[in-house]
Amino acid sequence: MPAIKINSVALLGLSGTAIEIEVDISDGLPNYTLLGLPDSALLEARDRVRSALQNSGYSWPNRKITISLSPAWLPKSGSNFDLPIAIGLLLSSRAIADTDFSKDLFLGELGLNGQLRSVRGVLPALLFAKQCGFRRVYIPKENLAEANLISGLQIYGFNSLIELVEFFHTGHYQNLESSNFKTEDEIPLIDFADISGQKNAKFALQIAAVGGHHALLIGPPGAGKTMLAQALPGILPKLDSQTSLEVTSLHSIAGSNRNIYSNIAPFIAPHHTTTATALVGGGSQVIKPGAISLAHHGILFIDEAPECKPGILDSLRQPLETGTVTITRAIGSVTYPANFQLVLAANPCPCGKFSGRGRGCGCSQLQIRRYLNKLSGPLLDRIDLKLFVEQPTRAELSNIDQTYVPSSADLRKQVENARAKSTARFNSFPWKTNSQIPTRYLRTEFVAEKSGMSFLHAELDKERISARGFHKVLRTAWSIADLQQTPRPNKEQIQLAFNLRTAGELD
Amino acid sequence: MANIKSSHNINLGRFGEEKVAHYLTERRYEILDRNWRCQSGEIDLIAKSPAGTIVFIEVKTRMNNSFGHPLESIDSIKQGRLTRLARNWLRVNKFGAREYRIDCAAVTLAPELKIDYRIGVI
Repeated sequence: MPAIKINSVALLGLSGTAIEIEVDISDGLPNYTLLGLPDSALLEARDRVRSALQNSGYSWPNRKITISLSPAWLPKSGSNFDLPIAIGLLLSSRAIADTDFSKDLFLGELGLNGQLRSVRGVLPALLFAKQCGFRRVYIPKENLAEANLISGLQIYGFNSLIELVEFFHTGHYQNLESSNFKTEDEIPLIDFADISGQKNAKFALQIAAVGGHHALLIGPPGAGKTMLAQALPGILPKLDSQTSLEVTSLHSIAGSNRNIYSNIAPFIAPHHTTTATALVGGGSQVIKPGAISLAHHGILFIDEAPECKPGILDSLRQPLETGTVTITRAIGSVTYPANFQLVLAANPCPCGKFSGRGRGCGCSQLQIRRYLNKLSGPLLDRIDLKLFVEQPTRAELSNIDQTYVPSSADLRKQVENARAKSTARFNSFPWKTNSQIPTRYLRTEFVAEKSGMSFLHAELDKERISARGFHKVLRTAWSIADLQQTPRPNKEQIQLAFNLRTAGELD
Repeated sequence: MANIKSSHNINLGRFGEEKVAHYLTERRYEILDRNWRCQSGEIDLIAKSPAGTIVFIEVKTRMNNSFGHPLESIDSIKQGRLTRLARNWLRVNKFGAREYRIDCAAVTLAPELKIDYRIGVI
C-alpha cells in the first residue's frame, strides 16, 4: 500500500511551513512511531489520536504504524497535528474512502473522546494556506469565527472527529455562522467624559493619538493617570480591516482572548514586574509574540514604570525605533511587527506626593531624582510628550461651572479629522503618521513656519534640546497643527510641542 | 515469574501452540521442536518451511483482545531474547549458517478462535 499523505502547517512566528504527514502501515509487530523531531506535546499526539480513534468507534490497526512529519529537519511542536494524523490513519484503515486530499489542509487538537479542540494561530496558518494554494481547510469549530476572517478558502469547522468523517461520507455540511467579516464597534471601558478636569492632559493625549507619539504621564497617585491611559484607545482612529487582521493574527498566535471582530486599537498593560521575554517575545519551542507585538497598532501602557526592574524598559528602545522585533532562538529567528505607541505612567517621587505644593512629601531630593532616573535617558529621549497629571480641583470634580466635558467620541472625531489631513499629506510617502516623518523631509518637504523654526534653533543653540529632540518637536508640532487645522506648524504650536517634550526636565 | 504462572495460563498457552502447530502443518511445514528450553528462555515452536528455511515461532494466546493486541507485549527486550534463542538453537542442533526467520503468532479464543500469523517480523 502506498504511503498516505495529509497536509498541515507549522508556524514559526507569523510565517508558515507546509507540513506533509505521511502514514505508513506495514506488517510487523504492533508498533507506533512518530518521526520528524516532535516536541513532547506533539509526541503525546500518538496517544491522543489512538484514544480518540478507538473512543470514536474506529478500529485501530494492530500493525506497524509509522507516521512521519516532513520536512524532517524542522522541529515541530504543539497539538495541531492531531487531526491530520487521525485522518491519515482513518484513510489507511479505509474508514474514509480514498479521496484526493492534495489541496486540503487539516488543523486541530483531539480530545481523548474524539472531540476537536481549538488550536492557536489558526489565522496566520490559514493565510499561509491560501498563499500555498490550498482550497479546503478542516478545523475545529471553535476556531471557525477566526478562520472566517479569510476569504477565498473553503473552511469547514467540526466539533468532533465523527462529524468530520460523517461529512466525508455524506458531503453534507451545515454552516450556521455567516462568513461575512464585519468589524464591531466596541465600547471602551473608560470614556474621556468620565474623567473630570485634566484638560491639558486630554489635549496632549489627543496630540499623541493624531501622530502616534509616545507619552509619559507623571502625577500623584489617584489623579487619573491610569484612567487617562485606558481611555486612549477610545480616541485612536479605528482599525481598518487590514490592520485588524494583522492584530488578530498576532493575538491568535499568542492565544489571547481578544474579540476578533473588534476594531478598537489593542490596549496592552503588562504589570511592572514583567520579564523582558514576556514584554519583547520569546520561548524556546514556540517563539511567542510579547506584549509589544500584541500592542501592534495600539497602546502599550506600563503603569508605575520606575518600578520596573532595571533593563526591562530599555529593552523597548530598539523596537521603538524600528517598529519590529527580531527574536532569535536555537529553533530559528522570528520577526514580529511591534509598531506600538508607548504610554508610561509614573509617580513624581517614591511616596507620590511631590506635586502641586508638595505637601506631605517626605522624600529627599536625592530620592526623587533617583526615582525618575530609573527611566533612562535614551528611553526618555524617544518620548515626545511628557505631561504632568495634577489632582483635579474641587471645582473640576463637581463640574461647578457646568461646562461640557467632551466624550471620547467627540475627541475621536477631531483626531480622525486630523489623521485624514496627515494621511492625505503623506499620500505618496511610505509612512502614515507624523511621528514617522524621516528627518530629511522635515527640512525639505514638510517645513514649519519660519518664526517657529528660529525659536527652535535658538533652543538648540542654548543646548536645551538634542538633535533628535529638535526633530521630534517638529513632528509633534505637525500633529498639533493637524489637530488645530492649520496648514503647517506655527510658532505657538512649536513652542507647545517643545514644552510638552521638555516638561520632565524643567523641575 | 514463570513458575508462579497459573495452570490456567499454561494450559491456554499449550492450547494456542497446538493450534499454531496445526496451522503450520496444514501449510506443509514440518515441526522440528516444541518448547525448546535453554538458559535464556524458551522457544514455543521450531519448524521447517517447505522451502527449507528454519522458522522460530513465538506464540501469544489470549482469551480476548480486551488487554490490547497479544503481539503488543513483544517489546524490544523480548525481541532481542528471541533472536539470541534462535541462534542458540541453530548452534546446538548443528544447523550452522542455515537460513532462518522468526515469526509471531497471536491466538485469540473469543469471540471466535482466530490466528493472526505474521511472517518474519523480528
